Parts: sequence; C-alpha cells; structure tokens
Amino acid sequence: MLNRTFWGSTTPWDELERLRREMNQVFANFPVLSEARITPGYPAMNVWTNENGAVITAELPGIDPAELDIAVVENTLTLSGERKPLELGEGEVYHRRERGYGKFTRSFQLPFNVEAGNVQAVYEKGVLQITLPRAEADKPRKIAVKAA
Amino acid sequence: MADEKELNIQKTEKQEVAQSGAERTRARLAFVPRADIYETNEAIVLVTDMPGVDEKSLDITLEDDVLTINGYVEASYPEGYGLSYGEYRVGDYQRSFTLSNKIDRNKIEATVKDGVLRLYLPKAEPATRKIAIAAG
Repeated sequence: MLNRTFWGSTTPWDELERLRREMNQVFANFPVLSEARITPGYPAMNVWTNENGAVITAELPGIDPAELDIAVVENTLTLSGERKPLELGEGEVYHRRERGYGKFTRSFQLPFNVEAGNVQAVYEKGVLQITLPRAEADKPRKIAVKAA
Repeated sequence: MADEKELNIQKTEKQEVAQSGAERTRARLAFVPRADIYETNEAIVLVTDMPGVDEKSLDITLEDDVLTINGYVEASYPEGYGLSYGEYRVGDYQRSFTLSNKIDRNKIEATVKDGVLRLYLPKAEPATRKIAIAAG
C-alpha cells in the first residue's frame, strides 16, 4: 500500500475510496464482527416448526448416542454430551488436527411447552434429530364466533 | 471455566469449498470436512467429520499421490415443518490431500461410522534398500 505512487494515474479521491474498501475488507475478516452471530455454540442446530411442535436437528459426528443427554423441561431443551479426542498410541504423531472435541451443553428455548413424554430422538449418520411435540394444553384453540 | 477442552469444540462453522477454476457439476453447496491426520509406524490414518454421509454416499480415489474424498449428502427435511431458525447448512463434502509417503494401495481400508470417515493408509515397504559395503 505504501509503495504505491499517490499521484499516479489515480486521483486522491480514488485513493480514498480504495482505502475505504480496504478497511471494510479488514473488518469483514475480523471474526468477532462477522462470524459471532452465526456461530453461537456447539452443536449448531436447525429448528423446524409447525403448529404441532418442532423438530431440531444437529450435526454431531462421531458421538456415542448412549452418552448424549437430552432433557426437556416445560419449553426448554437441554442437550449435552462429550466428543472424545482420538487416542493416539506410543510413537504416533499428528500431522493435522482440526476436529473439535470436548464437553458441550446447549439449551434451547421453544415458543411452546413440550409434551415431555413423547419426545423422540434419532441419531443417524452423525446427525441428531429430536422431535418435540407441543403439549396438548398449549396448542392454540380455535374460537368459534357466534352470531348474535 | 474456559479450559482448553471447552474452547476446542467451538469451531462449528462449516467451511465452503473454494472455487478454483473448474466448477462442480452438482449445483449444491460443498464443504471442506474437518480432518485429523496422524501417522503410526505402519500407516497414515485420516479421520474426517462428514455428518450425513454413509458408506453408500462416499467416493474415495487415490490417483498418483492425490487422495480425494467426495461425500454426497441428500438433504432431508422433516416433512410438514418449516425452518424457523437455522445455524448450519447441508451440502456435499469434498477434500483432497497429497500424500507424501508411498502408500500400499491394495491394503487401504475405509470405514464410516456415525458420520465419521476413517481411512487407514498403510505405508508401502521401502523400495530402495541400503547396501552394506564390506571393507576390502
């Protein structure tokens, strides 16, 4: 940036515009500002809803389903577990290590109370799918309008 | 509270495959799967996270020294529901590695369980032999 001749073929205004664009680039690369909102926790979840309840899916590859803990209280789902690191033997060395591991806990509040007895969870191909039916008492009621 | 273990798992965002010249034929998102690679005395072991992939939807090739992994994911959405909050996207996986050691191609083993692929790449016996020189 400094090597560039300021008064070359560009005008100072072009140069300012370029500087502004470069600054935007710098901030766009700043993880705190650009990524914080889309990486709120582990695991990442997708939430699907309709009038009868919700389905939550989460990508959790390589987890023992027996060690997954799913708890539902009223309208809050809490998911916790642990992802174990690889166990390397004597004389084995890492070339690359990118996969995350460790304990995790995540709570999710739904806009309705859940029928806790009918919650179903399926773990397949590293994807967890939890079906959360809405409590009967919490379902919206249709109100008939009587003609006077 | 924030010990190393807790922090280590926070990297959740999937990295998209960078377009470099040639485009993919499938009009679908493709992600770079996260990988652990380690070396033992006998082999190189590669472990990748590919949620949504099973043995039928994986394609692994080794050409010259380039190992390519392709995982195809058919996105399945719960029927009758609408997405109201989304944090991750579903797509294929694609990644290539250049292997530095000579690999015994006939003995490569691949297993996939719970969305984790494990590739066992045994090292080939060294083709060159050291020749002992007897003092004359």
